[in-house]
Amino acid sequence: MAKKSTAKQSKAEVEGSNVLMLPPKYQNLKGKALEEALKRYEKMRYEYGEAVGVVAAQSISEPATQITLRAYHAAGRVQLVTTKGLPRLIEIFDAKKEPKTPSMTIYLEKDYNTAEKAHEIASKIKETSLKDVMEYDAIDLAEMVLEIKLNEEKLKNHFLDVNAVKNALSKSMATAEFEIKDDTTIIAKPKAKHYGIKDLQLMRTKLRDRHVKGIRGIKQILIEKDGEEWKITTLGSNLKKVLDLKGVDKKRTYTNNIFEVAEVLGIEAARNLIIKEALNTLREQGVDTDVRHIMLVADIMTHTGSIQAIGRYGVAGSKASVLARANFEETVKHLTKAAFKGERDMLTSVVENVIIGNAVPVGTGMIKVKYKD
Amino acid sequence: MGLVFVNGQLMGKVSDLEGLRKEIIENRRKGRLPKHLNVYLLDDRDELHINIDGGRVLRPLIVVKDGKSLLTDELKEKLAKGEITWKDLFDKGILEFLDADEEDNAYVAVSEKDLTPEHTHLELDPATILGIEASLLPFPEKNRGDRLNYGSRMVVQASGIYLKNFLIRDDTASQLLVYPELPMAETQTVEATGLATHPSGQNLVIAVLSYEGYNIEDALIVNKASLERGMGRSYFMRTYVTEARKYWGGQEDIIAIPTSDIRGLRPEKSYSKLSEEGIINVEEYADSEDVLVAKISPIRFIGIQEELRIGISNKRDNSVVVRKGEEGIVEKVILTENENGEKIIKVTVREYKVPEIGDKFATRHGQKGVIGMIVPEEDMPFTKDGIKPDIIINPHAIPSRMTVGQLLEIVAGKAGALMGKRIDATAFKGDEKEIREMLKQAGFRDDGREVLYDGKTGKKLEAQILIGITYYQRLYHLVSHKMHARSRGKVTLLTKQPTEGRSKEGGLRFGEMEKDCLIAHGAAMALKERFSSDKYKFYVCKSCGVIAYENKNKGRLECPVCKGSEVKEVEMSYAFKLLLDELLSMMIYPRIEVK
Repeated sequence: MAKKSTAKQSKAEVEGSNVLMLPPKYQNLKGKALEEALKRYEKMRYEYGEAVGVVAAQSISEPATQITLRAYHAAGRVQLVTTKGLPRLIEIFDAKKEPKTPSMTIYLEKDYNTAEKAHEIASKIKETSLKDVMEYDAIDLAEMVLEIKLNEEKLKNHFLDVNAVKNALSKSMATAEFEIKDDTTIIAKPKAKHYGIKDLQLMRTKLRDRHVKGIRGIKQILIEKDGEEWKITTLGSNLKKVLDLKGVDKKRTYTNNIFEVAEVLGIEAARNLIIKEALNTLREQGVDTDVRHIMLVADIMTHTGSIQAIGRYGVAGSKASVLARANFEETVKHLTKAAFKGERDMLTSVVENVIIGNAVPVGTGMIKVKYKD
Repeated sequence: MGLVFVNGQLMGKVSDLEGLRKEIIENRRKGRLPKHLNVYLLDDRDELHINIDGGRVLRPLIVVKDGKSLLTDELKEKLAKGEITWKDLFDKGILEFLDADEEDNAYVAVSEKDLTPEHTHLELDPATILGIEASLLPFPEKNRGDRLNYGSRMVVQASGIYLKNFLIRDDTASQLLVYPELPMAETQTVEATGLATHPSGQNLVIAVLSYEGYNIEDALIVNKASLERGMGRSYFMRTYVTEARKYWGGQEDIIAIPTSDIRGLRPEKSYSKLSEEGIINVEEYADSEDVLVAKISPIRFIGIQEELRIGISNKRDNSVVVRKGEEGIVEKVILTENENGEKIIKVTVREYKVPEIGDKFATRHGQKGVIGMIVPEEDMPFTKDGIKPDIIINPHAIPSRMTVGQLLEIVAGKAGALMGKRIDATAFKGDEKEIREMLKQAGFRDDGREVLYDGKTGKKLEAQILIGITYYQRLYHLVSHKMHARSRGKVTLLTKQPTEGRSKEGGLRFGEMEKDCLIAHGAAMALKERFSSDKYKFYVCKSCGVIAYENKNKGRLECPVCKGSEVKEVEMSYAFKLLLDELLSMMIYPRIEVK
């Protein structure tokens, strides 16, 4: 609260001030320092006619030529390998529906912040299929049933018991009947009256991959202690389901799947995620690009309400000018389409003016001199 | 049980592959099987491959048994005396040839002292682990690997005596060093491959120091007197070829000086050096764009307009001229015939090339540079003996590249020159101590450094400077073949944009990304100027948006569609106008809206 009041005070000090436009850490400045900060901030702002898009594109793509194409593999370390470097950057700006390595960082609420609870939640999250807890499965030819033997220890590790497994299986496979034989054995058989060994065999292979517990799509899990806090890192992402879990901190839990975030939390969140992911990827490689360039790109990608890729099928493909589109890629396609529709190019942007040899409406091309009579 | 393949073809199954392999090798060593037969066991796939086809590169190795080389000292002595030959050793199974496949099954020791009972073969010499190119370089084991790579790549570009029959050859372009020398520090491979008779450089005195800053970025400071004494001079030869063809319809090319009624006639001066037959004489000087062979060809297309012109024959000048920017003396003229009985004329022009600022030189350690300044001899630093370097290289060339071999070559070259002895610089053979000892004996510091005096002031230089002899190669990248500039000039017919490339006097492309930079700077007018190389004025109909033409009968500009004369002048890039025309030809009707 104290901080806020100072900010308000200093705000009042400067007339018609832009204090709130300053980065938060400078908002608390006072007097001359604040004036100076504001002055510098004003100076750093772009001017009318500045080619922000080109500058942003160059600021991202030039360093991108320097970062290694190869993503590092941390072999042997207890760590989840995620896509990094240029491949990840391309993934973000190309707006790939599924990242190559979707990953989540799950934070826990205060009451759940213990090793035990973390493990319990982790077991709820990790996708467990029958084969993960199974000792063996065998076809009993005499009885014509499938016998599934579960491993006691594995069950315990996954916080499961026979009942839970049986319920999960009968839920996922309606065509079969399941029966508990003893603490670790389940007997399964098809509901149909007449069936052969073939059907049993088929059921057996199908059942192995049936999911018994956890959230679909989350393949690997890593529980770490970060300072005082327990957190769960996953390979695979399913934001919606994870946020539904009890004990998961809904405010901080993070995924790198931009489309998922757009769907669950909305386009604004997706925009923020694009900025964060792109920035992190660049920072990891030691590239110090200003956020504002990436912010601009993220805005362009999301301003329609859905995520558009930078490229032929996204932003560049939806330019208003025929000539600009034809200049980029698929020239013939755009020209024929334009001919069919009778499109009109208003020559309002940069590329089309370069093509016909006009001054581009950027920088010095934006202004006109008016002579005094 | 495994499969046996011969030359890649499945031949059958054998139960004991390893046994078969051993048997084959044994029989080969005994001479019962061809020496070039190789056998190779693929353990993991249970396959045995026997290769006796052509095209495999084989290399000789000494056979090792129980950790001992079969090439004993006794045999070596006999070999030295000439009592036995290398061929005998192959016949006896002491040496054998392995191909790349069989090498996979072998365990080869590099030197004799590394031998263990597991080894199957021994290198003839440790230096043979290198290929021919790498083993031409001196002290390769003291350089970083990438430098050897660069070094051997540049040896290829060095001018020297590339072949001894160069006088009768007609290569399109070749370069010959005028006074080639053998290197002071040389490898045994040079001798063995016969390259010793094809030297490609000169031993130059080099000093490692800065001079007026004109040797930054790997540039070289060159002693002017050295150049005048003939350092790095070369002949550049280019052969021009032309054929007197016979065409369909009885037309043919004629080798003769064109008369004044021929189209595309050059100025008279261009033909002045030709003999009566229309071919230039040997040892005649030919300037740039002078005619070497005068040829008259029938014109390719007869245009309607041109046909009407009277007093001009249907022949054009198709003479061979010296390339623009080149000149020289005619070395030789070859007259011959092709398989159709048509005349072929080849003219070789030789040009004397004295090194100039911008010409490229390199050592054999991947240290290349261009001449940055040519200094009068009196201004060069000198030693107490009055030795002045031919070349000064920048000390910054050394630390980051770690070419220790070059430093050693400088010292070795110096020692060799002082003692009148060439130094062996074969890989793993060079003896640094010996070299240092030689220098000491000659009364010099053993690290090759000396006190140098400034040539301009005569003052002693504060630091002692490394000065010695290194083999320098003149590479065939000459500035005179690359220098290029243009302001206005030729344009291409189709787009009216400037031509591309030095030979066509072309411009340098201001490309897509360069364009983006001007946009980023907001320099709209500069950008417009850059892209106005093909600007074009034309008239557009105000109502139809099509390009108007001039109706000479009515004396006005007219729209081809509405025949109205309400037109407006516009200025656009010609390339864009061309695009519009092409669209029109494809039945697409692009309109230009004008206010």
